[in-house]
Amino acid sequence: MNNFELIAQGAEARVYKGIYLGKPTLIKERFEKKYRHADLDKRLTKDRIKAECRAIIRAKAAGIATPAIYLANLERRCIYMEYIEDAIILKEFIDKKVSKEINDDRLLNFIAQGLGTIIAKLHLKNIIHGDLTTSNVLLKNIDDDHIKKYENAANNFVIIDFGLARTESSVEDKAVDLYVLERSLLSAHSEIPRLFSKIFDTYQKHYANKNQCKEIVSKYKEVQLRGRKRLMIG
Amino acid sequence: MTIAVGFEGSANKLGVGIIRDQDVLSNVRHTYITPPGEGFLPRETAQHHRECILNVLQKALDEAKIMLKDVDVICYTKGPGMGAPLTVTALVARTVAQIYNKPIVAVNHCIGHIEMGRLITRSVNPTVLYVSGGNTQVIAYSRQRYRIFGETIDIAVGNCLDRFARLLKLSNDPSPGYNIEQLAKKGIKLAPLPYVVKGMDVSFSGILSYIEEHLSGWLDSKEFTPEDLCFSLQETVFAMLIEITERAMAHAKSSEVLIVGGVGCNEKLQDMMKVMCKERNAVLYATDERFCIDNGVMIAVAGLLQYKTQGHTSWAETTCVQRYRTDDVHISWRE
Repeated sequence: MNNFELIAQGAEARVYKGIYLGKPTLIKERFEKKYRHADLDKRLTKDRIKAECRAIIRAKAAGIATPAIYLANLERRCIYMEYIEDAIILKEFIDKKVSKEINDDRLLNFIAQGLGTIIAKLHLKNIIHGDLTTSNVLLKNIDDDHIKKYENAANNFVIIDFGLARTESSVEDKAVDLYVLERSLLSAHSEIPRLFSKIFDTYQKHYANKNQCKEIVSKYKEVQLRGRKRLMIG
Repeated sequence: MTIAVGFEGSANKLGVGIIRDQDVLSNVRHTYITPPGEGFLPRETAQHHRECILNVLQKALDEAKIMLKDVDVICYTKGPGMGAPLTVTALVARTVAQIYNKPIVAVNHCIGHIEMGRLITRSVNPTVLYVSGGNTQVIAYSRQRYRIFGETIDIAVGNCLDRFARLLKLSNDPSPGYNIEQLAKKGIKLAPLPYVVKGMDVSFSGILSYIEEHLSGWLDSKEFTPEDLCFSLQETVFAMLIEITERAMAHAKSSEVLIVGGVGCNEKLQDMMKVMCKERNAVLYATDERFCIDNGVMIAVAGLLQYKTQGHTSWAETTCVQRYRTDDVHISWRE
């Protein structure tokens, strides 16, 4: 990892940028979490690196933009992957743009179109991301022209951080995946409360398996109630 | 100077606390303790509160060296909690307010925990981990609300611990969680338990079913001792809690953590949180059992803040609700 420079530290991993085999590369190192029991930490790290690689490869095969995997090293707890250039994190994009242009439907439609189609695609292939937040989505080559023509929005979106991903087909998992996204939008982007319902609409439109889509919607409502109506005793 | 008295009785703890502005004058609590293997039920808990509340109130007044006529505002828990115990506490608060003709303020229990935690620890804008028998939430403040970043999607962590203690028939005195914590200190072997984190949310019910399923086999074969299981359960559920707290901190770019709620006085949880905070140069704020566990002071603290910015609660609204989310409350006293 010579010549690699630390660019970010998230909750679970350190991210380094550098050149590997002549390509701009990002190393995601799941460093040891000292608060966890060492055995538990090892088990989780190994499972998550494997799950992340597996999900990224599957997502790529499904035609979703994700960073390409170059190398995974379980011993050194890291994954080498493609560094996405000219990209901005969706959360920052929203914080910058949307808070100023809060009533601009085009922006909301653009984001909803992009995320809704991509999540539908992932779920159709039984890929559960597990941590859908606006911090885990990149926007590539973005300019105002793109935003106007939002039908193709999905082309600008890159999904990252599949660290909690699983490949499961249950309706429950898909519903919870959506619920996680809703909750993260509500807490991090409370200024645009309509965003989730727009994403969910697009998702339903693009979810090709209509019967299963219905099941997901009703399961989603059930999951939502589970959280909200759970007895909450001090 | 304003004197506020707070009545808390949303679960099995009955508390009355008195504060004068930011100073705690008294903090009296009486806990309804059930036999090993049993949880507390609404009816019996309400009965306990009915029998004890006047004594607890008198003791709080004596310790604070004041009389009810000196009090400026009466605060009580509106919810969330168990219906029957909530009503008993609210009834007494309303009666006292009527007899002495004092303004009354209805308080959200969760907000009580947060505001008291902030007051006692002097933390400014922390990411809050609220962990108790009925709640498991990661909370951060933004735009006049305490927003829930992550929470349990089924049972609360304290509920998981309590029910595990019942499986092992551990004593409920002083609390099941305390006894698990003590036994865990003697545990050595880590049992492989499910570890369920979904984004910033967690789930505990599967861990409990998994233990229920394997418990007798583990104990009979001596593969794990009860101490090992206490140890393993704590290691697993606390790691999950710290992981989501850290994720919320990274997301919200926060460098302060405050732990509140009954499970928050668990020293193992605090130690693990300290390690995480050290790694990311953050500061941990925690309190001990006097303030972590449900009490009257927290209701007085939040009630007084609310009273100073919004005035009292109108008589018709001095009701109770079993379900009352943290993010339902408009936080008028913060920027």
